[in-house]
Amino acid sequence: MATATLPRATRFSGRASILRRAFSGDSLAQALVFLCATGILALTALLVWELWTRSALSRATFGFDFLRTGTWDPVAGNFGALPFIYGTVVTSAVGLFIAIPFGVGAAIFLAELAPPKLSDAMTFLIELLAAVPSVIFGLLGIFVLVPMLMKIVPGLKDALGVLPIFSGPFYGVSLLSAGVVLSVMVAPYIISVSREVLLAVPRDMREAALAVGATRWETTWDIVVPHARRGIMGSIFLALARALGETMAVTMVVGNTPKIAASLLAPGYSIAAVIANEFAEATSDLHISTLVELGLVLFGITIVLNGAARLLILATGRKAG
Amino acid sequence: MGVTKVKLSFRRKAVNAFMLALTGICTVVAVGLLFFILGYLFFKGGRSLNLNFFTQLPVPVGESGGGMANALLGSAKVLLLATCIGVPIGFLAGIYLAEYSGAAYASVIRFVTDLLNGVPSIVVGIFAYAIIVTRVGFSTLAGGVALSVMMIPIALRSTEEFLRSVPVSLREGAMALGATKSRTIATVVVPAAIRGLISGMMLNLARVAGETAPLLFTAFGNQFWSPGWRQPTATLPTMIYEYAKAPYDDWHRQAWAAGFVLLTLVLLVNVTARSIISGGLSHKPR
Amino acid sequence: MKKTRMVFLAGMAMLAVAASGETLINGAGATFPYPIYSKWFNEYHKLHPDIQINYQSRGSGAGVQQVTAGTVDFGASDYTLTDTQIKEFATKRGSEILAFPTVLGAAVAAYNIPGVTTSLNFTPEALAGIYLGKITKWNDPELVKNNPGVKLPNADIVVIHRAEASGTTFMWTDYLSKVSKEWEMKVGRGASVNWPLGLGGQGSEGVTGQLKQTPNSIGYVELTYVLQNKIPYGKVKNAAGEFVQADLASVTAAAASAAKNMPDDFRVSITNAPGKGAYPISSFTWLLIPSKISDPTKKKALADFLGWMLKDGQTMTTALSYAPLPKEVVAKETKAIAKIN
Repeated sequence: MATATLPRATRFSGRASILRRAFSGDSLAQALVFLCATGILALTALLVWELWTRSALSRATFGFDFLRTGTWDPVAGNFGALPFIYGTVVTSAVGLFIAIPFGVGAAIFLAELAPPKLSDAMTFLIELLAAVPSVIFGLLGIFVLVPMLMKIVPGLKDALGVLPIFSGPFYGVSLLSAGVVLSVMVAPYIISVSREVLLAVPRDMREAALAVGATRWETTWDIVVPHARRGIMGSIFLALARALGETMAVTMVVGNTPKIAASLLAPGYSIAAVIANEFAEATSDLHISTLVELGLVLFGITIVLNGAARLLILATGRKAG
Repeated sequence: MGVTKVKLSFRRKAVNAFMLALTGICTVVAVGLLFFILGYLFFKGGRSLNLNFFTQLPVPVGESGGGMANALLGSAKVLLLATCIGVPIGFLAGIYLAEYSGAAYASVIRFVTDLLNGVPSIVVGIFAYAIIVTRVGFSTLAGGVALSVMMIPIALRSTEEFLRSVPVSLREGAMALGATKSRTIATVVVPAAIRGLISGMMLNLARVAGETAPLLFTAFGNQFWSPGWRQPTATLPTMIYEYAKAPYDDWHRQAWAAGFVLLTLVLLVNVTARSIISGGLSHKPR
Repeated sequence: MKKTRMVFLAGMAMLAVAASGETLINGAGATFPYPIYSKWFNEYHKLHPDIQINYQSRGSGAGVQQVTAGTVDFGASDYTLTDTQIKEFATKRGSEILAFPTVLGAAVAAYNIPGVTTSLNFTPEALAGIYLGKITKWNDPELVKNNPGVKLPNADIVVIHRAEASGTTFMWTDYLSKVSKEWEMKVGRGASVNWPLGLGGQGSEGVTGQLKQTPNSIGYVELTYVLQNKIPYGKVKNAAGEFVQADLASVTAAAASAAKNMPDDFRVSITNAPGKGAYPISSFTWLLIPSKISDPTKKKALADFLGWMLKDGQTMTTALSYAPLPKEVVAKETKAIAKIN
């Protein structure tokens, strides 16, 4: 009796023929996909190796002091990463400071308080905000945000100018401007992931609370949100990782000044921005090496944050499941 | 059986209403921002769009009538190359993870892929400069490789996710009829997940289409057409960046137009991709 | 299926193959001469449609680095290479790096002071003081003293400089080092220095853009940029004691003595030049071309372009406010083209 084969399995349309040829030998197919998967390991290893070797000169010259020195002087050959680390951290902190209340608030609304259809529609739109390219945020930053801030900040200074973070002159481009742009860019991540995490909280917890007479808000704030707390933290870490690596929008509005200032109104610099500006023109091997080392530092920070985010989001998922 | 009706205090009701409003405002602000961005770009960019923009090369500083035709083609080429390199690798590796791999090796690959995904885009640019530009020079190839490195992790993750969502019964059915594993995957599993796979690829593409940082010192720039793959090329995002920084009003006008075109394309691809897998993640508390 | 495949292959062929006979040359470097370079390369392409010279304006530092790394065919810079850089090029590329002056330009002190449209007088002390952060207000005595009748506001001066390695920065800091001992000691000259204060703009384009958007700011930038953007700029006191406005005549005057004694490698600095009517922050700008070019079509094209630039190209400079090269320099340079082989 002839082996029964699926008629369809033997007759391939033209488009699938390429696929068929690739998978005709089962062991060949397995080898191919294995190769691709392992290739990714090799690629990542190559990337890390390149970063490591090209930063070798800088690491040998400066050691750990690189991370603590605040001077960036290409003429004298003094390179210190602190101004960039400072700028990266401060702009991201400002971004989160603004994005977290708005983001978590919106996530709560979308997950708990809004009617389902409205929630879906609005989430869809907010996720589109996450798709807007960085350079477009930069464009709007230069031509819309900075002029707007130039009008608002004098008033702000009148009210809060006594605080060191709002002291000093304001030129438009500043750590504050970069922070505001970042907040708009990372808010969708906080909203989207937090909403997911809140939705994953089991139904019965809510129903139990409502049954004993809690209002919707009380249920949300006292029962659901604490349960999802770790996942929300995870979304914040994710947003932070995104903010730290952001290049274009930041470099267009931050002022590109490698100095550490207490005031948010002062211009600053970030790791990604200095690499973008100086990499193609660093004329000494040491200079190039320091920029690569900065890239390595940034990469390291994002790895840690992404890892922590994943653990936190997983923890909430497990608790709820 | 007597049911006592609990009377909510005014304060609690007020707080409830207030927080509803407050969180609602947060949401409206978030959504409103999207509409503001779209509207502003449409207003400033849409009006500056003319035939020249799509058909002319850039002209020297101070002259008018220039366009970004070469940047549009350049972006298309870089993205095509990135897709041709990044998607197959991620796709095939995803098949490996979903269909063949043992758990231990799979978690290693997933971990490393997440690492790769976390590389900041400017650092990807450094990598592409180190391996391609130092050998071939500034080129479409270097830009394409840089973007492909960013596409691989997402292609892998989305492939694995969508293949895993195909029910085991489908696979078992095919194999029970005598199909080999690879044939099963090619003719049963992949087609079953095809909508998710295509959607994932489109979202991936839309994401890298807007990337500028990795192209700064790989594709570099070109005020002429860039033939082939080994020459520097203009791309839409880098032109926006260059023109936005400059003091010339005509360049600003073009930057807005380019921004509008870029945003429209990216959002269109996004919306299309999502509608392909409509249903997605909707409001269903479990 | 066959038809779609044919179309696909034809499309790929179109994307892949360069039109036969096309010579593509890539260069990067100074933003200072970008307006005239973009004009030149465009005009040259119209005359020779098969030759495309793609020039990316990124800053002199990028020009030097990229041509030394071999990622571009030529560089452009507003400062002359140091001996170390020349040696480094020889080591990395195995040939000599030749510098060809192209035009003369001026770095001017441009400003954006609401209400002030006239041309201010700047002394070397004023400029050094502002950029050192010692003169912080527009109505500082040093400025008021030299600008009687101008209403200078009691506002903080916003200093703007270049964010990246720049020949214009070199010109500016070279001048300040010559006129201010304090500057020379504290900051020094270079394409990229440790600025005491100020905002960084990217490229001459970025500085100009920043100037336009920031009230009470001052920045140094090439003359063409301020003229094209109608930004006020000041006169600077030269070595002869006169306040001179940067223009074709004063820039040409600055090059006069150097023109007569031009060294063979064309490395010369004309900041703070002696002589009447000389604008003190002037400079040549150079194309950096390797002496050995392996591709014969590129070599021919570059040599041909240089010849064209020294004749026809020089007639286009004044329209863009660059001064043409002195004829002694042109003569010497025409002979030097033969060094490219």
